[in-house]
Amino acid sequence: MSNEKNISLKESSTFDRATMAEIRRAADTGIYDIRGFGAKRKLPHFDDLLFLGASMSRYPLEGYRETCNTSVVLGDRFAKKPITIETPVTIAGMSFGALSANAKEALGRGASIVGTSTTTGDGGMTPEERGQSSKLVYQYLPSRYGMNPDDLRKADAIEVVLGQGAKPGGGGMLLGQKITDRVAQMRNLPKGIDQRSACRHPDWTGPDDLAIKIQEIREITDWQVPIYIKIGATRTYYDVKLAVKAGADVIVVDGMQGGTAATQDVFIEHVGIPTMAAIPQAVQALQEMGMHRKVQLIVSGGIRNGADVAKCMALGADAVAIGTAALVALGCNDPKWDDEYKAIGSAAGYYDDYQDGKDPAGISTQDPELSKRLDPVVAGHRLANYLRVLTLEAQTLARACGKNDLRNLEPEDLVALTVESAAMARVPLAGTTWVPGQQF
Amino acid sequence: MKTFDLAVSSVRDFNQALHDQKSTTTEKEWVATNPKGSHNIAVGLDADIAVDVQGHAGYFCAGMNKTASVTVHGNAGQGVAENMMSGTVRVKGDASQAAGATAHGGLLVIEGNAGARCGISMKGVDIVVKGDVGHMSCFMGQSGSLVVCGDAGEALGDSLYEVHIYVKGTVKSLGADCIKKDMREEHIAELTALLEKAGFDEDPTAFTRYGSARQLYTFKVDNASAY
Repeated sequence: MSNEKNISLKESSTFDRATMAEIRRAADTGIYDIRGFGAKRKLPHFDDLLFLGASMSRYPLEGYRETCNTSVVLGDRFAKKPITIETPVTIAGMSFGALSANAKEALGRGASIVGTSTTTGDGGMTPEERGQSSKLVYQYLPSRYGMNPDDLRKADAIEVVLGQGAKPGGGGMLLGQKITDRVAQMRNLPKGIDQRSACRHPDWTGPDDLAIKIQEIREITDWQVPIYIKIGATRTYYDVKLAVKAGADVIVVDGMQGGTAATQDVFIEHVGIPTMAAIPQAVQALQEMGMHRKVQLIVSGGIRNGADVAKCMALGADAVAIGTAALVALGCNDPKWDDEYKAIGSAAGYYDDYQDGKDPAGISTQDPELSKRLDPVVAGHRLANYLRVLTLEAQTLARACGKNDLRNLEPEDLVALTVESAAMARVPLAGTTWVPGQQF
Repeated sequence: MKTFDLAVSSVRDFNQALHDQKSTTTEKEWVATNPKGSHNIAVGLDADIAVDVQGHAGYFCAGMNKTASVTVHGNAGQGVAENMMSGTVRVKGDASQAAGATAHGGLLVIEGNAGARCGISMKGVDIVVKGDVGHMSCFMGQSGSLVVCGDAGEALGDSLYEVHIYVKGTVKSLGADCIKKDMREEHIAELTALLEKAGFDEDPTAFTRYGSARQLYTFKVDNASAY
């Protein structure tokens, strides 16, 4: 009887249980929800795209005999020393402070094993990270925490960060509980206070100023290393054009599924555009300027498997970056810590309170005891394995489409499962020639 | 003394010559003539050398300076001595906005006025301005000292952390969490030393000290109107 009664219950789509819980939480506390991770709402994504494998009209490549190149050169527009990555999957910027030193080291180790790059974050460069990263991209952020010219000159590339997909137009907040002596010292701030990261750079405004700023960084580094510009995906077509004009060697576009260490939930879920929608805008901008493949495009935000990698490449990206997926590979949200996740009000697979510094997996924490749980060597190998799988999967799909280089994948290899994804990715709805918004 | 005429040589050539002094210092004194507002002059220096810029400099002059002493015999554009680590930068004329932005150390002296956001997000530098500073100066300033012998514009020290601010003249308004503080003996001593280093003949007791009320150090909803 009770089951029948339950079946008759109808949950509101508008006021579902999570929504009502958030209303109660807001009423209890009077403060908005700050959390980590990326957008959790369902968005049009790469799952809505499919590859058209070769058959009569296209010629496939043998899976285990014919090579499919995965290496990419990044930053050969102006830099004397561009970066060559062996797989087009890079590790996105994540800060020491948000992550433990062991986690940063593990990211460096994993990336180096497979010959790709990792990236610093807000808070500067740690010796562990530099030491374990064969290719390290140094982020130049609005807060300039830990920013110094010596580290700038140690970097293999410099990424000027204008925004990130989780919070385009927003700054950051590293809560006091994660500000240990070491983090405080690196950021020139008192221990234990909440640290605000600015949303705008302090010494330039607008694209014309940015061009001069990039010139300054090039002068300081004697034009040796590539300069990236990272933007959160919003008005991507225009932003990419301005970034090219400002002198970027590489442009990083981070879609709204991209993760964060700590941002307001309302920001994560309601600002920006999906990664899939951003890529065609970026590629169009580059193509119109005659700069596609000359200024490389790195795409991030919600990339989970080799199919996502291959789809990004087919839409015109030169490489991708992963953040959340890399943390999961290290051990974030691992079910083996489920009891401990539950003890802090979460559960394995749901944990997103990176800002609290209580991560049972020892990744998004500065607690020395929790941090010890992550062995950087073991975790680094896990990440390397995962990166290898992404690469092999992407190669598998490229060969099926007859491509001997991941960058030979093209939009013509793709179709869309939904009208929305067809419109956003600018590829035909499967079984049709219809690309919404485009004239025949 | 080695002279580069920037009407003939490029800023790139000049900077490279200055950078080459890091490994082997062959010349202590350098002069750039005809800068004519060029950007990025003498950026990224890391050697015990002196550089005279004979004229007006554009953006980011002496940016990220370490050890070196750079003097601009004219006005300086946006972001002079930004992110300086050590050494001395002196502007004989006026400086545009964001002078000394995010600088970690060293001494920045501006003999004229400074524009908006002087010392924005400063992280340990000492800045001494003979004239006035514009609005939002020392915004999110973290550490170091800002001395203003003239007046300060609106919202001085907004969202301030631990910078010591000394102003002799008037302050149009204070930013969020910035308050007037007592001048104790140690502050008089600190200010006296800074004025002496800058070469300004001013009475330290005529200055007022401003600093952080430290009410915004932890995020509290009760402070919502300040955010």
